[in-house]
Amino acid sequence: MALAQTDFAFISDLVRKHSAIVLEPGKEYLVESRLSSLAQREVQGDISTLVARLQQDRSGRLVTRVVDAMTTNETLFFRDGHPFDALRRHVLPELLAARSATRRLELWCGASSSGQEPYSIAMVLSEELKKHPGWTADVLATDINEEMLARTREGLYSQLEVNRGMPIAALMKHFEQQGRQWQAKPELRAMISTRPLNLATPFPRIGPFDVVFLRNVLIYFDPEVKRAVLDRVRTVLRPDGYLFLGGSETTLTIDGSWERVNLGPSTAYRPRKDNT
Amino acid sequence: MRALVVDDSRAMRMILARVLRENGFEVLEAGDGQEALAVLAGAELPDVALVDWNMPVMNGLDFVEAVRREPAYEAMHLLMVTTESEATQVVRAIEAGAEEYLFKPFTPEAVLDKLAMVGLSVGA
Repeated sequence: MALAQTDFAFISDLVRKHSAIVLEPGKEYLVESRLSSLAQREVQGDISTLVARLQQDRSGRLVTRVVDAMTTNETLFFRDGHPFDALRRHVLPELLAARSATRRLELWCGASSSGQEPYSIAMVLSEELKKHPGWTADVLATDINEEMLARTREGLYSQLEVNRGMPIAALMKHFEQQGRQWQAKPELRAMISTRPLNLATPFPRIGPFDVVFLRNVLIYFDPEVKRAVLDRVRTVLRPDGYLFLGGSETTLTIDGSWERVNLGPSTAYRPRKDNT
Repeated sequence: MRALVVDDSRAMRMILARVLRENGFEVLEAGDGQEALAVLAGAELPDVALVDWNMPVMNGLDFVEAVRREPAYEAMHLLMVTTESEATQVVRAIEAGAEEYLFKPFTPEAVLDKLAMVGLSVGA
């Protein structure tokens, strides 16, 4: 469902007043990707419902949530860098040894928004697996927003988007120019499948996965929902698999059934052995 | 840290200089490649040069090639910042010695991303 122009204008005005960040026309997809799940969670409706409630939000609580969502949960390629280095240097070598019988890796990127994170993962996999003929890898990208999933399948990004986080060598290697946009090469797109998924409700049948990326999304949930999400993630992650969270997120204060693993400057989590 | 901004647009130099200064850089400016070479000859070597492509007198590609021919400038990182977006042109710039490439228009965060990619992290 397309975002109404009046709703976009209201949100961009609100964000500008509270954060000084300007959402120019053309950034409608950003509003949808950041606010759809928040709208469902907070007002059990869509962005129009959210806007109606924002207009009556005397406490400012909802306004704060919306402004936070619009300003902190940005999506870019190779966000934070080190999780992707950890995947390349620590996790993949270990999995290449552990999965030599099947020569197949399954990864999941939850809350994948417009696809920059699953494509970052796919670029690492593509480069590393090239050194190991016969191996295949699949990346499942899920998001609550179907339009974001359609964007992910298309793998088409503006120059503004590829400016964010993408090393020029990776762009040249993995993307093709389409006018003033850049599209992921077919072999990269073929590694990624998409599926709608709401993290806050029971998962459909997915997995099991060797690696799960669930970054910068738990911060938007209250502790009970966080715990429920982590419980469900544990059921779809293989016992020797890895979970990557965002830089400001941890399982430790929420759920004791995970153990923290330091991978160079990065941190990942694994299901605690005595709990599985 | 020191940065040299090479662009014939005064407005663009101001935009880049502001982002850089806000992140702790001392900024030098030049309006084309030749002027930039003159700046380099008379100043302590900057950590990075942010270079436009299309400029009068000496364009950005020629500047990058000239810098890479001069061993004294080896330690300076080179980042192209340009509207020139044809893949073949990007490859030419990289082969000439540019380490990273930023398309115009850009956001301030993208400038910082690219600086981090060449090893110049400026904090959170």
